[in-house]
Amino acid sequence: MASRQFATFEVADQLFGVEVHTVQEVLSYNEYTPVPLAPPAVGGLFNLRGQVIAAVDLRVQLGLVRQAMQGPVMNVILRGDGEPVSLLVDRIGEVVDLDDEAFEGPPDTLSGPTRELVTGTFKMDGRLMLALDVNQAVDTYRATT
Amino acid sequence: MEDLGEIVGEFLMESHENLDQIDRDLVALEQEPGSRDLISRIFRAIHTIKGTSGFLAFSRLETLAHAGESLLSRLRDGVQPVTPTTITTLLATIDGVRSLLEAIEQDGNEGDVDVDSIITAVHAQMNAPAEAAAAPVASTGAVEAPEPLEEKPVRPAPEPVEGQRKPLGEMLVESGAAAPSDVGSALQQQLEGDERKLGAILLEEGKAQPAAVSEALQAQAPKRSVADSAIRVDVDLLDGLMNLVGELVLARNQLVRGVMETGDSGLVRSAQRLGMITSELQEGIMKTRMQPIEHIWSKLPRVIRDLSQSLGKQVELVMEGKETELDRSLLEAVKDPLTHLVRNAVDHGIEEADKRVAAGKPAVGTLTLRAYHEGGHVAVDVADDGAGMDVDRIAAKAVEKGLLRAEQIATMDKREIMAMVFQPGFSTAAKVTNVSGRGVGMDVVKTNIERIGGAVSVDSTLGEGTVWRLTIPLTLAIIQALTVDCGDQRYVVPQVAVLELVFIDGQSTKIEYASGAPVYRLRGKLLPLVRLDRALGLDVGGDQGVYIMVLHADGRRFGLVVDRVLNTEEVVVKALNSRFKDIGLYAGATILGDGKVGLILDVSSLARRSHLTADSDRENLVGTSRASGGPANGERLLVTAVGERRVAIPLDAVTRLEEFPRDRIEHAGSREVVQYRGQILPLVRLSHLLGAYSETEEGDTVSVVVYSEGERSVALVVDRIVDIAENSTTARREAEEDGLVGTAVIQQRVTELLDVRRAILAADPNFYTEVPDPMLVEA
Repeated sequence: MASRQFATFEVADQLFGVEVHTVQEVLSYNEYTPVPLAPPAVGGLFNLRGQVIAAVDLRVQLGLVRQAMQGPVMNVILRGDGEPVSLLVDRIGEVVDLDDEAFEGPPDTLSGPTRELVTGTFKMDGRLMLALDVNQAVDTYRATT
Repeated sequence: MEDLGEIVGEFLMESHENLDQIDRDLVALEQEPGSRDLISRIFRAIHTIKGTSGFLAFSRLETLAHAGESLLSRLRDGVQPVTPTTITTLLATIDGVRSLLEAIEQDGNEGDVDVDSIITAVHAQMNAPAEAAAAPVASTGAVEAPEPLEEKPVRPAPEPVEGQRKPLGEMLVESGAAAPSDVGSALQQQLEGDERKLGAILLEEGKAQPAAVSEALQAQAPKRSVADSAIRVDVDLLDGLMNLVGELVLARNQLVRGVMETGDSGLVRSAQRLGMITSELQEGIMKTRMQPIEHIWSKLPRVIRDLSQSLGKQVELVMEGKETELDRSLLEAVKDPLTHLVRNAVDHGIEEADKRVAAGKPAVGTLTLRAYHEGGHVAVDVADDGAGMDVDRIAAKAVEKGLLRAEQIATMDKREIMAMVFQPGFSTAAKVTNVSGRGVGMDVVKTNIERIGGAVSVDSTLGEGTVWRLTIPLTLAIIQALTVDCGDQRYVVPQVAVLELVFIDGQSTKIEYASGAPVYRLRGKLLPLVRLDRALGLDVGGDQGVYIMVLHADGRRFGLVVDRVLNTEEVVVKALNSRFKDIGLYAGATILGDGKVGLILDVSSLARRSHLTADSDRENLVGTSRASGGPANGERLLVTAVGERRVAIPLDAVTRLEEFPRDRIEHAGSREVVQYRGQILPLVRLSHLLGAYSETEEGDTVSVVVYSEGERSVALVVDRIVDIAENSTTARREAEEDGLVGTAVIQQRVTELLDVRRAILAADPNFYTEVPDPMLVEA
């Protein structure tokens, strides 16, 4: 039975997950440099051991109010296509092994920006985890309505 | 290249170097055909290539090199003279060798490069007695039969010694280590067939001390010792080291800042030491990446020769400062723009010989390449003594293309106008050649140079020549920059763009507004200002206690208004995530001393964008104030000077402020008019209308206030635009005078309020016949 490992995290109390191999690291950081005139989903830039990383505010991508960016914010740093990019999330969850059997497409009732970012739903014990489409999630030029 | 043997790799690298040298030497040989040194050097280099290619079984390469060698040996032996045609043939041979080498590098074999036609051409050269007869040098040799094609390659075995090194015997005699007679007898032995070397003979016979001989041998071969002390290093490795050093510089900056705060003297000393070592290390690593600019210049003599020959011009190339060093990656980036400038100078700059002579110049044009250090940058000049550029023609062209308005020309200086040639699609070349003149190029040169943080400018005197100057940073990775504060964020401005800093205290120095556009009087000239906070879409701050950074980019000067200028710092440029490229305002990012990320501003795009926004801002201003309806308390007034009087015009009646050259004013009937944007614009002189004495008849231009409505416009001529003021209507009374609606005290001075409708009707009695505007009557 095929299973996949997911790194999970929460945004606005909803559990999301991305496949572990797409994640470079997870860390909390508290100084972000805003980028004026950048798309609203850009939370800012930060210094990861000398590398400049762009942080994408997942809240904005999901159509929610942006992170306050006061104090530390959790980053899920994705390997990205050539250059790492970070997703700003509320809380980090566990790494979970999930069977492909527990997978279903996104529910028909799910609509709005979230629908476009999600590839499907994993049924966990007592909880649902939405699997994120990594490329969509970091695309800051995606129209957020 | 991994699947090739190491030997082949070495061979390719060495041969490429040799070929570049041969190129240069051949071009030099054309200048001094008698130089045996040059011929020998070319011969040896080609011989080496031939030998190695034979050894590596690249048979076609060997045949080609052999053909070139045969021709060269005839030149060397004086059998055949050096003529431009022989040089061309030899250059073609070198090109053939080069393409073979490229094929080998790419595919590992010689591919299908055509060498036969080149070899035929070489042989034709050797069989061309007509040419030989033309030159007296070869008159004796011309009768000799050409070398047979199957001839065994000449092996000039002991020859490399010749001309370069002193014979060992001579040195030993000079230093007194051996007696002349001993050396003589040893040489005699060699001639009689002794295979041993001279030093060996002398040593074995006890005629010289071993130490003296080895010393002489070392002195004899200085070149070898240089080769032994140098190694080839992979550029990737150097790039890696460079990055690490960049990190180290950052860490040092952070550490030093932290330590300074603690105030522990011991730690401060260690930190300073670390700082010094880091700087030295940084310098050292930078040096490893530095290469003399000669590296890219070396190809230019060939380019100039080929081009000037095909154009039938005579060009002498002078190179100054070819040892000036530049970072390797920068050299690569500068190569194409430089080649373009050189081609352009030969094609358009330097005239044909007869034209030059007619202009009283030497028939041979001079193209000077000059490289030198200038304040943390390297400047590279491409100067020709050709026809120069016609500023008036450039100006006319710029107006014709709609890049400039005619009235702007008057206020621009010569260099600003000439900088127009860097605009895309701009070419003043009368005819399009296959070399240049298509209007592509100069803008690409500019873009490429600016991409690496450099700048390009041009200066020219008609009839005397043109100087193109590239200003290039020493290195890409680390730049000198100024850190500035704007809002609560810190930004980085490359120092190369900064001319000076001005502090605005609001008293002796202040920001002024011309119809909403902020300006500053810098030594009497108006400097357009860009508010960084506005450009970045942030909250706009006040005008007092701020700094103006006078910047130059795109051949323009402008002032950037920032809240605070902190310090100059060396920053490591980090590429910015590609998603921010579209914004265009940032050239990159860097890690600041406190570990935070700072954005590096792209000065030239800031300049470009702000020139656009300045226009649209003004239009917005006019638009909004008009939309807000009739005049109310706090309306904005444009204060102008007419004679000794101050006349205020409601700003919402103003579309644009313009300067027209006085000679553009024409007459239509009894009225004065001026052509403006394809319209005939009636003029009304407020001084006439109001019966005031005008003070500035002698100026070259007139200041006008343009008022438009729908399709129609009129221009109100004033002496001077003074200011823009809020009318708080402290004291106002109705006027008794014609043309005015009243007077008011504005900025502590009595100012007359213009009856705009009346003024407009004076200029154009039909202005309101179609669309009457009742709003304006109230003004």
